[in-house]
Amino acid sequence: MTESTARGVPQDERLVRVGSLTRLLTRPDIGALLGAIAVFFAFSYFARSVNWIGDPGIAAGWTDQAAQYGIVAVPVALLMIGGEFDLSAGVMIGSSGLLLGYLTTFQDMNVWPAMLLVLLFGLVVGFINGLTVIRTKLPSFIVTLATFFVLQGVNAAGTLKLTGQTAIQNIDSASGFNSARKIFAGDLTHYDFKVKVIWWIVLTAIGAWLLAKSRFGNWIYSSGGEPNSARNVGVPVARTKIALFMMTSGTASVMGIIEALELRSMQAGEGIGLEFIFIICAVVGGCLLTGGFGSVIGTFFGAAMLGMVQLGIVDAQWDSNWTFTFQGGILFAAVMLNTLIRSRAQKAR
Amino acid sequence: MTMAHLLEADHISKYYGNIVALKDISTYVNGGEVTCILGDNGAGKSSFIKILSGVHQADSGRLVVDGEEVQFTSPRDARAKGIATVYQDLAMVPLMSVWRNFFLGAEPRKGFGPIQWFDSGKAKSIVRRELSEMGIDIRDPDQPVGTLSGGERQSVAIARAVYFGARVLILDEPTSALGVKQAGVVLKYILQARERGVAVIFITHNPHHAYPVGDRFVILNRGQSLGAFEKSQVDREELVRLMAGGRELAELEHELEAIKVEV
Repeated sequence: MTESTARGVPQDERLVRVGSLTRLLTRPDIGALLGAIAVFFAFSYFARSVNWIGDPGIAAGWTDQAAQYGIVAVPVALLMIGGEFDLSAGVMIGSSGLLLGYLTTFQDMNVWPAMLLVLLFGLVVGFINGLTVIRTKLPSFIVTLATFFVLQGVNAAGTLKLTGQTAIQNIDSASGFNSARKIFAGDLTHYDFKVKVIWWIVLTAIGAWLLAKSRFGNWIYSSGGEPNSARNVGVPVARTKIALFMMTSGTASVMGIIEALELRSMQAGEGIGLEFIFIICAVVGGCLLTGGFGSVIGTFFGAAMLGMVQLGIVDAQWDSNWTFTFQGGILFAAVMLNTLIRSRAQKAR
Repeated sequence: MTMAHLLEADHISKYYGNIVALKDISTYVNGGEVTCILGDNGAGKSSFIKILSGVHQADSGRLVVDGEEVQFTSPRDARAKGIATVYQDLAMVPLMSVWRNFFLGAEPRKGFGPIQWFDSGKAKSIVRRELSEMGIDIRDPDQPVGTLSGGERQSVAIARAVYFGARVLILDEPTSALGVKQAGVVLKYILQARERGVAVIFITHNPHHAYPVGDRFVILNRGQSLGAFEKSQVDREELVRLMAGGRELAELEHELEAIKVEV
């Protein structure tokens, strides 16, 4: 507005109606920020008996939970903006942690090279997901649902066959464990804040930068928004989508590594169900299910909100089963808000 | 005249099976000129531009660019010769901002070595400059393309093609879906592009849109050319009459009268 005035162009009468509030409401991430603030203050009342605001230990608890959601939610959000889903992102955490456990305890590998192999495994699974979606033109919802179930079976059957139990134990007996744990799953010096909170913030910053400032970000938006148009002007849509699937599975593998190092053991069923939490974080963060629109920073606040709800309900001494109801309510509210924002963004004002 | 035209179509014919889509169509365009291809639905306008832009290949006839015969096997070949086509769907992403759309697939980058980023400041300033040079009044390059009107979207697509070095701009019915005022805006940008030395091929079924901006008119009917006229050879009424097919219009009027009488 100020620019057109500065250029000496007469103020356009059409601009007047677009107030700062309307402008703010077309941003995808603002709803998640307001929601996170609201949830924070709600629990500062309901969970006042445990000093929700003042006790750093409480904050350490919910940020730990939020980081568990938020790290993988970053690439899941990018993938959704690119127009695709990955329902195997949750089970990949389990598969990757179990693979790390297998390599370190059954093959006596050092943790560091084992981590590299696990990451490679994640990238390969993502590549297969992406290539299958591109080649078959099937909805990614179906393709990754299949990957999800295949891996779920492999995790359970493989763990049982190897150990006779439902978990791989004693990962901490491997060489290189302590140095790896310090970097991926340790505590920060003060108040038991986890290192993964830093990873969550760093990954969010990288994701937000990619989306807003890189050429790849422009390709992500267009691949989800109007893939045919994008292809016509020379955007490599297939490569962009495959890269996004690889980023998602790769990050899920990193999360699996973090959990295996943190817990020193890995359950066969680990990660299952989280795929929907990641999607809820992304939707709360303003990502449209149809692609082409969304925010990594909004997803960050979405993960923060879900982390707070998860621990806040316990801290408020409510029945923790209500968590699911809360998550559903938040998802529904977010979808309604997104629909409103999109219609504002698409229609002439 | 011995000087070669920028783009010349010489006796172009195209068949789909036993259907004659185009028969012996010839025309040309030079920099700073507008050639209008007029015709009703099914006249062969789309087949003709698809041949010019490399989507289809002619079954007989020649395409000549700068005096040299060319064979386009894909739209990429045509683009390499500086021939850009703005289709009705415009190849834009409605949810993305004007400046992101403008550079989609050709993002300007800066950075050091392997770390490169999309130079959004440069992109925005180029968009603002290019659009204002075309006389296009966009409220804000940050607004999503979906919030622009149809005429504004056409204008941005035209400005984009011109910026990326189009010497020949083929516009496929840019005014057909627009209201009177919006169509006028687009016509103004066609003239702006012409002033900048671009050769424009303007496809339309509306002689009232073609006449004010055109230098040359080719009228197609059922795949055949009803004639090609320089502006000096034809006036608006004549063009309207040729377009409508004077005799057919008189017949239609007669039929309508008959219906009225029955009612």
